[in-house]
Amino acid sequence: MSRRGVVSGLGLNLLVWGLAGVAVLPLAWMVGMAFGGLPGGKWTLENFRILMADEPMGRWLVNSLFVSCSYAVLVVMLSALGGYALAKFRFAGKGLAQVVLVGALLLPPQVLLPGSYELMVRIGWIDSFAALIVPGGVSVFGMLLFRQAMMAVPDELLSAGRMDGCGEFRLWWGVAMPMVGPMAGAFTLMSFISAWNAFLWPQIILQDQGKYTLPIGLANLSALPGYQANQGLLMAATLVGVLPAATLFLILQRDFVAGLSGGAVKG
Amino acid sequence: MSGIGGWKWRRHCTPYLFLAPAGVLFVVFLAYPLARSAVLSFYKSAGPNNEVFVGLANYSFLLRDRYFWWAVVNTVLFTAGFVALELPLALGLALLLNHRRVWLKNLFRTAFFSTYLVGQVFVAVIFVMLLGGRGGLVNRMLMEGGIVSEPIGFLTDPRWSMVSMWIAALWLMSGYGMVYLLAALQGVDQQLYEAAAVDGANGWGRLVHVTLPGIRPVLWFLVLVGAIGGLQLFELPYVLFGGSGPNSAGLTVVMYLFITGFEVGDLGYASAIGWALVALIGVFSVLYLRSTGLMREERR
Repeated sequence: MSRRGVVSGLGLNLLVWGLAGVAVLPLAWMVGMAFGGLPGGKWTLENFRILMADEPMGRWLVNSLFVSCSYAVLVVMLSALGGYALAKFRFAGKGLAQVVLVGALLLPPQVLLPGSYELMVRIGWIDSFAALIVPGGVSVFGMLLFRQAMMAVPDELLSAGRMDGCGEFRLWWGVAMPMVGPMAGAFTLMSFISAWNAFLWPQIILQDQGKYTLPIGLANLSALPGYQANQGLLMAATLVGVLPAATLFLILQRDFVAGLSGGAVKG
Repeated sequence: MSGIGGWKWRRHCTPYLFLAPAGVLFVVFLAYPLARSAVLSFYKSAGPNNEVFVGLANYSFLLRDRYFWWAVVNTVLFTAGFVALELPLALGLALLLNHRRVWLKNLFRTAFFSTYLVGQVFVAVIFVMLLGGRGGLVNRMLMEGGIVSEPIGFLTDPRWSMVSMWIAALWLMSGYGMVYLLAALQGVDQQLYEAAAVDGANGWGRLVHVTLPGIRPVLWFLVLVGAIGGLQLFELPYVLFGGSGPNSAGLTVVMYLFITGFEVGDLGYASAIGWALVALIGVFSVLYLRSTGLMREERR
């Protein structure tokens, strides 16, 4: 390698380190503030203790976990069932169903808000977790994603299963689902994170402080004058809000990034 | 007999049974609210149980409503600036990480992508701390570095509001774009680079004539995702500014819908704003399809 090559290689690496520093600095600063360790101060769990004692932070965490997990399971199951039907069966109305799905994909979801809110009032779902989980349970994007992936499941395999007397539901769960495993995993994680970070709809639905999810609780805390003055407390609450999604991602990252970018790059 | 008949029945009904759960939710929680939002847009309402038919009055008011147009201008400006800044930044990061002399590629890919996992509300709270008045990290650094003598009002001065939104959004989204572009770069045919080198193309020439055409579909995909996300912007400025911001400099279309429908309580007018958003995104989609020509070329 030439001398000039070594120098420019070093420069590039320094540049990457610098840019990564800029990207990570806000997160590092959040962690530092949360533990009261900036600058040069003592590291302590005091902020977390105050949040748990003075605010229903633990409740919010449990609420967020419950809502996000339920939502992810529901949306993946429904998308996989629907996508399987669209990929592997011919039936009357299929063309129409697919046109409707693609049309719905282009629709900004916010236009639904007034109608959905009115419906929630009518059926008594205001201030309920059901309103956060069920209405979003049908994901147009998810159904199209599973349809695309399940096209690759060979028909011969399914016919062979039918000949052996295997039920349709078992063919879906036992044959088709394992074949789209990585994509299903990535989609589950994406669904979990989108529910975890959801703000607009929960902000409309939730009223009782004890039912808040973390983003709603945090947004309300950050509007209180007492908390604006105490950055450590806010950063501790933010850390609790950021950590679960980040941890899940770090554990599953290889599949996640592959599943995320696989579809687009082929296009 | 029953075996054959049962099998036929099964073939007919199975797809409908598989589609039924999603179908029921689709009709009840998507099609019905959508229709209600359309109907409501012809009503003036105060809360969900108090509605008066007003015909097209909501729409004609919308055309004259300067807050609405202000929100449209802000939203479009944010979106245009965001996409124009995000693509070069994400591409730059991807090119860097794709360079053969850069070490620890996977570590850095994870580091840059990690910001994308932070929800908009959390991003906004973090940037309130970073960009806030005298105590904010950025102002402290600028003042200690002697670059400014007084703190910059990132969140309180309307001239800085858009910049603050761009900074937070870029921090949130650049890593996401980078992951897609990195994957696309690795798919560009290496022989094309060799051919270009033989033809005497320098680094810039290779970028313009080989790399960019090779990753064009992904670039257009990121324009689409960035623009649709940008046009629906809400919670980032809402939490960053604690509302619509100084002189409403952070007011977006979706924020205006939220305030009108759920703080003021006029679901009818909020519905009309919602349909205006549909139109806005529709106009963008048409322009997008015409300028990309993706529909014609990519379908082989």
